[in-house]
Amino acid sequence: MTIDTAFLKSIPYFSVMNSVELETIKQSFSEKTLQRGEVILREGELSDTLYFVVAGAVKIFKTSSQGKDQILSIARPGEALNDIPVFDGGTNPTNAQTLGPVTLYSIKKDKLQSVMQQYPKVALNATMVLAQRMRQLVSLVEDLSFRHVLGRVTKILLSHAGDSDGTKEHLTQQEMAAMAGTAREVVARSLKALEEQGHIRLERHRIVITDRKSLEDIVADSG
Amino acid sequence: MIEMPIIDQAKCNRCGLCVSVCACGAIVLVGNTVTIIETEDCHWCTNCEAVCPTAALTCSFEIVIEEE
Repeated sequence: MTIDTAFLKSIPYFSVMNSVELETIKQSFSEKTLQRGEVILREGELSDTLYFVVAGAVKIFKTSSQGKDQILSIARPGEALNDIPVFDGGTNPTNAQTLGPVTLYSIKKDKLQSVMQQYPKVALNATMVLAQRMRQLVSLVEDLSFRHVLGRVTKILLSHAGDSDGTKEHLTQQEMAAMAGTAREVVARSLKALEEQGHIRLERHRIVITDRKSLEDIVADSG
Repeated sequence: MIEMPIIDQAKCNRCGLCVSVCACGAIVLVGNTVTIIETEDCHWCTNCEAVCPTAALTCSFEIVIEEE
């Protein structure tokens, strides 16, 4: 296992460090490889390790008491996992699970603190990363709590629906998100909610509207 | 023909994230090109679209109203 200093340089936390400095800190990191579906972090557990995605993708999500998942973000190479408990000493606020084979670099909290004390510019970069994360979460909170996203997604479904033998439009969840002015994760949640309520049926590459009248009511009620 | 996710090669940066998250092996790297293989094992999880950093991969849904 060799920690790649060029990759460390690509991580926003450490982008301000030069190659000599990176060589001095690289022994503080460990590498870990995981298979698809492995849980890296569990909500509510204590953790003192900061992870960085080197290869693959990791979903960051919360699970409700009814077992429903809400994806908050997807961490791609260069992004950090678990910074909140590492910095505030609390428990993991979210779960993290691999979406495929994943390689991670990890660094223990005490070693990270030493790096930050030795190189304060790393701490400055860390605050920027956390501020960007907060901005993304504030936007998601806004979507989930204040906006009538369900109504907007429903309206999009109705206005783009074709009949069974006529022209059918095709839309991706990303396109629906752009139209509704929200995040893709919120569209996914809205579609699941509509399916659970029995208004639509999600099939392989098809959204079947099973109860048009109820969808029209949802749009009307959302103002 | 089996409907499959679509890749826009002009947008694709060959990062390989879609290949790594595809559970059914439908997305593969052939040389330096991300290629999609037709398979009924693809359940349209849309993870490939979700992880793509350049929006090169799309999994579209056709929206239909069921006849009553």
